[in-house]
Amino acid sequence: MDITAVQVWQFILSGLTTGSIYALIALGFSLVYNATGVINFAQGEFVMLGGMITAASMEAWELPLWAAALVAIVLTTLIGLILDRAAIRPARHASVVVLIIITVGASIFIRGVAGIIWGPDERPLTAFSGEAPITIWGGTITPQSLWVIGTTLVVAIAMWLIFEYTVAGKAMRACAINAHAAQLCGIELSRMISWSFGLAAGVGAIAGIVLAPITMTQYNIGTMLGLKGFCAAILGGLGNGLGGIAGGLLLGVLEALGAGLISSQYKDAIAFVVLIVVLLIKPSGLLGGEEAEG
Amino acid sequence: MNEVLFRVNGLSKTFGGLQAVRNVGFEVREGQIKALIGPNGAGKTTIFNLLTGVLAADSGSAEFEGRELIGLPTHRIAALGIGRTFQTSLLFDQMTVLENVMVGHHLRGRATMLTAALRILGAGREENEYRRTAMETLDRAGLADLAGRSAAELPIGQRRMVEVARALAAEPRLLMMDEPAAGLNMRETEQMAETIQQIRDSGVTVLIVEHDMSLVMSISDEILVLDQGQRLAEGPPSEIRNDRRVLSAYLGEEADGC
Amino acid sequence: MAARERPHTDEAIVPNEAERHAARRRAEKLQIVAFFGIMALVPFGIGNDYYLHILIYIGLHLILATGLNLLMGYAGQVSLGHAAFYGIGAYASGILTATYGWNPWLAMLAALLLTCVVAWLVGKPTLRLRGHYLAMATLGVGIIVAVVIRQWTDLTGGSAGLTGIPSMTFFGHELTSDQDLQYYYFVWAWAAALTVLFANLVASRPGRALRALHDSELAAQVLGVDTAGFKVRAFVISAAYASIAGTLYAHSSMRFLSPTPFGFHTSIALLVMVVLGGQGTLWGPVLGAFTITLIEETLRPYADYDIIVYGLLLMVLMIVMPGGVSRALGSLIDLVRGWVPALRGGDEP
Repeated sequence: MDITAVQVWQFILSGLTTGSIYALIALGFSLVYNATGVINFAQGEFVMLGGMITAASMEAWELPLWAAALVAIVLTTLIGLILDRAAIRPARHASVVVLIIITVGASIFIRGVAGIIWGPDERPLTAFSGEAPITIWGGTITPQSLWVIGTTLVVAIAMWLIFEYTVAGKAMRACAINAHAAQLCGIELSRMISWSFGLAAGVGAIAGIVLAPITMTQYNIGTMLGLKGFCAAILGGLGNGLGGIAGGLLLGVLEALGAGLISSQYKDAIAFVVLIVVLLIKPSGLLGGEEAEG
Repeated sequence: MNEVLFRVNGLSKTFGGLQAVRNVGFEVREGQIKALIGPNGAGKTTIFNLLTGVLAADSGSAEFEGRELIGLPTHRIAALGIGRTFQTSLLFDQMTVLENVMVGHHLRGRATMLTAALRILGAGREENEYRRTAMETLDRAGLADLAGRSAAELPIGQRRMVEVARALAAEPRLLMMDEPAAGLNMRETEQMAETIQQIRDSGVTVLIVEHDMSLVMSISDEILVLDQGQRLAEGPPSEIRNDRRVLSAYLGEEADGC
Repeated sequence: MAARERPHTDEAIVPNEAERHAARRRAEKLQIVAFFGIMALVPFGIGNDYYLHILIYIGLHLILATGLNLLMGYAGQVSLGHAAFYGIGAYASGILTATYGWNPWLAMLAALLLTCVVAWLVGKPTLRLRGHYLAMATLGVGIIVAVVIRQWTDLTGGSAGLTGIPSMTFFGHELTSDQDLQYYYFVWAWAAALTVLFANLVASRPGRALRALHDSELAAQVLGVDTAGFKVRAFVISAAYASIAGTLYAHSSMRFLSPTPFGFHTSIALLVMVVLGGQGTLWGPVLGAFTITLIEETLRPYADYDIIVYGLLLMVLMIVMPGGVSRALGSLIDLVRGWVPALRGGDEP
């Protein structure tokens, strides 16, 4: 089978779509990591919750999409805040391994509850603006993919604005650089951590909502998405928001190319192969700082 | 004069734009106590780090008993017979004092993971022997009653003495001590001075970095003064004490003790 | 967990620490003999094949957790992908015996060698990384192996599973599926032997080198410890333990392999066994293996609700006892000592 340039372009387009999702998840990781130094393995569950709550509330209460999405974002954000208060904060000073176990436990718990509430079935969500594919330079892309890519762009810009121009955003940045000094300046660390968890959960939910029409949504999609988002975050350099977005897009494209050109069976392994290769060449990630001192 | 044990030549190191060590060279003769002194930022600890392979030198050479050290990893340098203690005394805090000293015996041991796990080829005997010799080492250093204490709970003075005992357990030919008296009170400093001299008398050559001038002046056979990464002066304490360049480098920097 | 204040007595009366150190080693050996002695008697107390079955799993988990403990508790390195080595051991044995008709012992050896080679190739570069980066790299390795097991269907049978694995033989005697009791003793004999090797290893030159580099790599290096080399060796040995457990699993009474037990969740469960019991101690991971296996088995009948409880338990246990059960017990004992004046004099090693 000959691979044409158009096919490669097609792979890149679909890679950018999944890559955008990874980028949003990576952004969530970075938010929480910067505020607390914790890798939140439950980040992927926020994505699942976003999609599932939207689908379920449209079904149960016949809400319009926008309202259902709003419900999903608000509820997921609340769940993020509860997770922080109930599970992360009581163990803030525990070791890396203990925090990993706690967040993995949280992710298993959330998934379990979702399984009970919504059952094991996949739920479809209608595409936001139709299914008619759009052709760009010979490659096709669905309107929903454009929604995904566009949403990621909007969220990234919004984050940048928040961190650059709002007082709360600046305070969160200050906490990430030096929590102690920030506290001395009167910034309330505890509130900043809540903000970070809330934002991370909200961003995760948004990713889940825009993704749902493409992949369908199910109670157990969170784990793999979360792990790949984590890959993206590490690729871009942990805690580097912009790096995470770049890492996510890169990972998505490489995964799509690998699946298309090499083997689709091993698709799920590709992200991790890329990750390991990059870590070995540059231990702190592509856009990371000096040392990989986690 | 004894033979040259250690010869350093043209050692340089730059961090970013800052030249921390600039073309430094010196010799250490066997059986000497040699001191490196200089104001803060003179590059003393950096030199220690370069000589023990903790940092990579930009250029220069360091010959120890005719073997080149620069480029070797830290543990290989240790294996050649160079011991080191740290400004902050890095003890293994999860272990007892006895176990700390037993790690000091590492280089003299032969047990591998396989022989140790299976207790074959004398691994069991070796373990018993090192337990005994470590105890003797502590006994000789007057630290025997600390043997069972957790290293983490020792006060700074005892930490330093344990660290020295641990370094000596490896039976080095040269011991590099980074500010052995930092944080010690007067009595402890005197005790440390005595220990360092005993170490020299037992045949181990000593290279120290130290801020305490009276300690340096009283025990050193030779002093190398560094300033801003460069060699400023070198000679016996009596010469250094009256060296004008040294005095001006230190003026305002450290007036104590001289 | 010695009492903090030791009565000040004359030096002559203070027992030599070297002797105490040796005595602790002897006490540890006695504990090992006692524990595995009890485990040898346990089957006589239970007539139920199901319980025996669970005990076999506990034995396997004990081997896995003990191996991982060497890496985590002693060398201080994290692995989030240890199920991969369990899987390589299981599948290599399974494939060599079922598909190629090898003798199970030969297959076990080959699986062990393969696992060690893979672990060395993986460990050598990744163990330069620290913290989250090492965690992520090992997690990646775990997932890659899991995907390969699932997708390389020609070799592994994929999701459908690998069948036709023969029984383990022992001096010409087949340890067949209807005789769980024999397999119980076979697995627990391995567990006992590997525990003894582990105890010997950690109380020796290389074991101390690992603990030393865990505390301060720099201080260990200046004493001549090749820290990079020792980390890799610890990694390979812990993978070897996992491989042996994998082979034992493959030949256990089910004699069927599917990809599920060798994924991310097993890696996490192993991590929990080590941390929950108390890493860096001989008995912590043993306790962890019992606890987690029993929790998993107890929850198994409650389909759907099991993972909720399991996730909740992980969170709660780790929040309450971040240092593991053995440390929690230690502080409890200290607490009781503080309350009961009569116990204060007790000076236990």
